[in-house]
Amino acid sequence: MPEIYMDHAATSPLSEEVLAAMKPYFSRKFGNASSLHAFGRGAKEALDASRQQVASALGCLPEEIVFTSGGTESDNLAIKGACLANRHKGNHIITSKIEHPAVLATCKYLEKQGFSVTYLPVTSDGFVRQQAVEAAITDKTILITIMHANNEIGTVQPISKIGEIAKERGALFHTDAVQTVGKIKTDVNELGVGMLSLSAHKFCGPKGVGALFVKKGVRLEPLLHGGEHERQMRSGTENVAGIVGLAHALALSQMGMEKEATRQMKLRDRLIEGVLSSIPESRLHGSRENRLPNNANFGFKYIEGEGLLLMLDSKGVAASTGSACSSTKLEPSHVLLALGLPPEDAHGSLRLTLGKSNTENQVERLLRVLPPIINKLRKMSPMRAGVTWNGKEEGHG
Amino acid sequence: MADVYSKKVMEHFYHPKNTGEMKKPDAVGEVGNPVCGDVMKLYIKVKDGKIADIRFQTMGCAAAIATSSMVTELAKGKTLLEAKKITRQDVADALSGLPPIKMHCSNLSAAALHAAIDNYLMDNEKKASKKKE
Repeated sequence: MPEIYMDHAATSPLSEEVLAAMKPYFSRKFGNASSLHAFGRGAKEALDASRQQVASALGCLPEEIVFTSGGTESDNLAIKGACLANRHKGNHIITSKIEHPAVLATCKYLEKQGFSVTYLPVTSDGFVRQQAVEAAITDKTILITIMHANNEIGTVQPISKIGEIAKERGALFHTDAVQTVGKIKTDVNELGVGMLSLSAHKFCGPKGVGALFVKKGVRLEPLLHGGEHERQMRSGTENVAGIVGLAHALALSQMGMEKEATRQMKLRDRLIEGVLSSIPESRLHGSRENRLPNNANFGFKYIEGEGLLLMLDSKGVAASTGSACSSTKLEPSHVLLALGLPPEDAHGSLRLTLGKSNTENQVERLLRVLPPIINKLRKMSPMRAGVTWNGKEEGHG
Repeated sequence: MADVYSKKVMEHFYHPKNTGEMKKPDAVGEVGNPVCGDVMKLYIKVKDGKIADIRFQTMGCAAAIATSSMVTELAKGKTLLEAKKITRQDVADALSGLPPIKMHCSNLSAAALHAAIDNYLMDNEKKASKKKE
């Protein structure tokens, strides 16, 4: 049975070309970029060239790129770094309720350190409203952090509009662009951001490497102290092979990006239309128009996502769910709850995220295997339209 | 994901026993909360003090479905007294264990079985006292 991978928002396969570009830096070109000898210079050259590639993809200066260990570190550095460096100016942070845990947990941590955080609500499509940002800003606001596109529901935020507000009010603006870099346009000037996080493995680069764009003049308190690498913002010997891989993968994703986005969008729209028309009591989560080209997220009433995931897996389809029971936490997805879904409906969600490898045939195959699975799970479920549940609550002691 | 669960759990999840609504059950046990994502409805038919037939409907994760299936297998043919002694630990053990986080929320089936038996006994008592009147 052919394996169908539709979980590219979780991670994407490292492309062979990228792997080939990385290989020499594990062995032959193993130098430390801080060394003055030829080995070191070789590594430094690769590092400089990579920084240049990333800068040109984002429309910024090479010295505005800080390489990190991935999206989580980039988010942590941006948020903690900016807040700690600017605490003399204020203590207020604005974010949204649907951010990635790397942002939300960092904000929660800062609350414990005496910062105050506003978690903005979103519309039922998952949009942060500009008026809500305007209303939340105070003289004490030092940082606004709103993700470019949501990792679960794919809604793309009006970042440039929020950027204008931030600029007007003199607050620093960060965006987590982990899901958008390499998929849609992410020019930092167009977006109007002061900081932007990205992660290589989301665009067919290696895991364990990411970057943070930090606009010239923005001061950050480092998280890692040591040899003062990366303009003193991130100490530690650079992961040269990883950085070469990141830059190479990003450059590849920029080539023909629009064409690939259009192709994936067509597949996505077929998925959406096919699922909604063939499965009763199903719905699309997130915006129909302003969503990532590769994201489809569905809700199916009366079932739970984990079972759905496992049954798809047994049919050779790898997908994801925002269901509580799929992970180590017991709450359903904070994103779906923020859309206003009742918790009982937030359990039966399915996220399909496309990538380069996905074809029309695979989409049609998915559309054939999914309805019988939903049917099977629903037949097994005691819930259906019109049933009110009055069972005893057990097992939650 | 599949690695999180034992082979037994996956067997019962992919091929659950005794599923579906029962027409005219003698008693029903319902436990769980849709808000938490795990709910179970268990139907029994009783003959000569024994569980003659048993079925379930469950909305929940793989563990919830597998434990439901397993409890119906464990209880079938047992006397009500024997069936009431089946614990959630027994169900988990029969499935070669469950991940710790699934031990509680997703292991409702013993409670559903007990609820069905209690409902059956209560109904019988009511009928008996009505007869006396």
